[in-house]
Amino acid sequence: MSMKRKAVSLLSLLTLPMVLAACGNSDGSSNGDGAEGKTEIKVTWRNTGENDKMTQYLEETFIPQFEKENEDIKIVLSPITASEGDYFSKVALSMQSESTAPDVVAEDSFMLNSDANAGYLTNLDEYVADWDQWDKYTENLKAGVIAEDGSTYAIPGTSDSRGIWYNKNVFKKAGLPEEWQPTTWREIIEAAEAIKASDENVIPLGLGVAKANGESVSMQTFQMLLYGTQDTLFDSETRKWQVNTQGIIDSLAFIDEVYNQKQLGPSLSVAINSNYGSVMFQDKFPNDEVGMLLDGFWSAGNWAENGATPVENMTERFGFAAMPTQNGGEPPFTTMSGGWTWAIPEKAQNKEASWRVVQALGGKEQQAARAIAEGNLTVRDDSAEIAEYKEQPFIEQATSFLQYAHFRPADDKYPNVSVEIQTMVEAVATGSKTPEEAASDYAANVTRIVGDDAVN
Amino acid sequence: MENSLKREQQMSNSKKALIFLFPSWLLLLIFFVGPVILTFIFSFTNLALTGAEASQLRFIGFENFVRMFNDPAFQTSVVRTLIFVIFSAVIGQCFLGFLIAFMMREKNRAFRRVVGLIIIAAWVTPEVVVSFCWVAFLGDSGTANWLMGLMGFEPVAWLFAFPMISVVVANIWRGTAFSMMVFQSALDEIPKEVEEAAVMDGASRWQVIRKITIPMVKGTIATNLMLVTLQTLGVFTLIYTMTGGGPGNQTATLPVFMYKQAFVSYQLGYGTAISLVLLLIGAAASLIYMKMLKVKV
Repeated sequence: MSMKRKAVSLLSLLTLPMVLAACGNSDGSSNGDGAEGKTEIKVTWRNTGENDKMTQYLEETFIPQFEKENEDIKIVLSPITASEGDYFSKVALSMQSESTAPDVVAEDSFMLNSDANAGYLTNLDEYVADWDQWDKYTENLKAGVIAEDGSTYAIPGTSDSRGIWYNKNVFKKAGLPEEWQPTTWREIIEAAEAIKASDENVIPLGLGVAKANGESVSMQTFQMLLYGTQDTLFDSETRKWQVNTQGIIDSLAFIDEVYNQKQLGPSLSVAINSNYGSVMFQDKFPNDEVGMLLDGFWSAGNWAENGATPVENMTERFGFAAMPTQNGGEPPFTTMSGGWTWAIPEKAQNKEASWRVVQALGGKEQQAARAIAEGNLTVRDDSAEIAEYKEQPFIEQATSFLQYAHFRPADDKYPNVSVEIQTMVEAVATGSKTPEEAASDYAANVTRIVGDDAVN
Repeated sequence: MENSLKREQQMSNSKKALIFLFPSWLLLLIFFVGPVILTFIFSFTNLALTGAEASQLRFIGFENFVRMFNDPAFQTSVVRTLIFVIFSAVIGQCFLGFLIAFMMREKNRAFRRVVGLIIIAAWVTPEVVVSFCWVAFLGDSGTANWLMGLMGFEPVAWLFAFPMISVVVANIWRGTAFSMMVFQSALDEIPKEVEEAAVMDGASRWQVIRKITIPMVKGTIATNLMLVTLQTLGVFTLIYTMTGGGPGNQTATLPVFMYKQAFVSYQLGYGTAISLVLLLIGAAASLIYMKMLKVKV
């Protein structure tokens, strides 16, 4: 194990100094006693840039209160500013060594299983068993923090749902209703065509398709479509990946129709860009230059008072519609739900103190405050009853979508398969492969990754 | 008496040399030889960044290599790497560098300085800055499309319509200065008399270049080809920041492909196997150049 650790750090040194720099910037003495004899607890999460909501929340709300109540602990912020994909690599590298492992780490729920299997995370079974707050957590979200071995490895931090953001000014100009709810994929395309006909300069419909944007392409775009067909990504009973389905081809055909056949999407230089999200949500959409965006509920955070592009009357100008299933019917709608969690690395050095921080982060008020700050959904039933939380724009819609929610496969190989999904989506959107070609390459690649007996 | 003193001095000299060389040897061992050996070892393992494999390191024989040679993405990546190297390094940088150096030879000092400075400016600019310049230049509302507009053409999404050409041109733009400087100093070394004598004997300008000038800088050409090829084989930052290897995999040369396998797909073992192949391709290219130009190093 220690040999491998050395190897990995040397490897990263060889191939990518950047990665090393990220591990290096968090100096080794994370748990050394601070100047005032306090235990330092290093908290790591993914910093999304200048307007990072988590940073604001931790610095302004959480830490002052926590440190007042816990005088023996000093919280050290150690965010990683990176793209989503790079964040997971860096966190995985840092968790391989005691000298670089954070004390508390934010894990996306889809990585949890992999990282738990890799032995990076502390088994929290005994911790939650003694925690009186654990039963306040929304029951079906607890499933998301249990790994293949049946143990709990993290505490849910946020939950979310996805839908179609639409711009009412654009809709009005295109003669579409301001209270809009499509019931089939066809109606989405029809609305996009109406927008295109009314104004050539408006982007009718944005779907994230750039591999550079990692998991979001897989979840916000592809799986939002796929789970609206008859098919699923993964059969959790037989534990087989469903790689040869009509659903995959239909989902890709939808993307192909938007980007190529009918030219209803953004230009490729906008779409295949790691800035896709910020360009769309912070610039084009609030400026009435985009009709619809298939994306997550948290995007509304961009328009909040302290967001990147504050929009005062956002509920009057924008709408948030549920994503319909392919042909409507039962169930009529679909959404994907995921979210971030808090975990304690196996190599963290002061787990009792780490656990106290995790507990505090997961308190009733704190969960609500974080959800409000980040524009996400809370993971505790009691936090959802707090008045300020209930007043958040679009929270009612976002919460109502959850009854149709699907979760990503809790399988060790999901992160690798997800990369193949992203490749497939990008290939179709850029027109370099037809849906059928891309789907058959996907089937071949996934089979290679998971093995012959793990595909249908 | 004198002899033994000399011997003593020699011995202490070689001892001194050892002492002085020791730190650099040590550094080379730790930071170069060590990783190369480790890379070799780990290319035969299932080393992974996450998942169950990350906790169960084991040797898997040639599995990574078998998989690699059956992976269509790897095959196209090798082809793309060769295209990138041949066009941007061999044809682009070397040829263009030689041409510029040759044409500047007969010009006056001031002219040489101004032109040289402009070309070198591209070379001293950090790679990331270069690629951002090119992304801006080729962007939707960038300079290239502005020029196209002036000429009455529709704007082109360069990085998507012509991704490989875009990165090749950017790499030529950045790297030509190096070849130019190398050739400049080699051409300056050629005594004027040799070429003048050839002209006196009635050789045409082209004959002089082919029969006199080029053979006289043959060694430099080989060295330069080798350096530029090896450097270009390893280009990562420029491509990664300009296109991220995309769209699709259209600009995924081996370094980008390797990075993606190792750090995006979390398969470090597979990534190291690819890096080993990259190393072999570099070595093969060097051998070919040396054979072709019959140069001894």
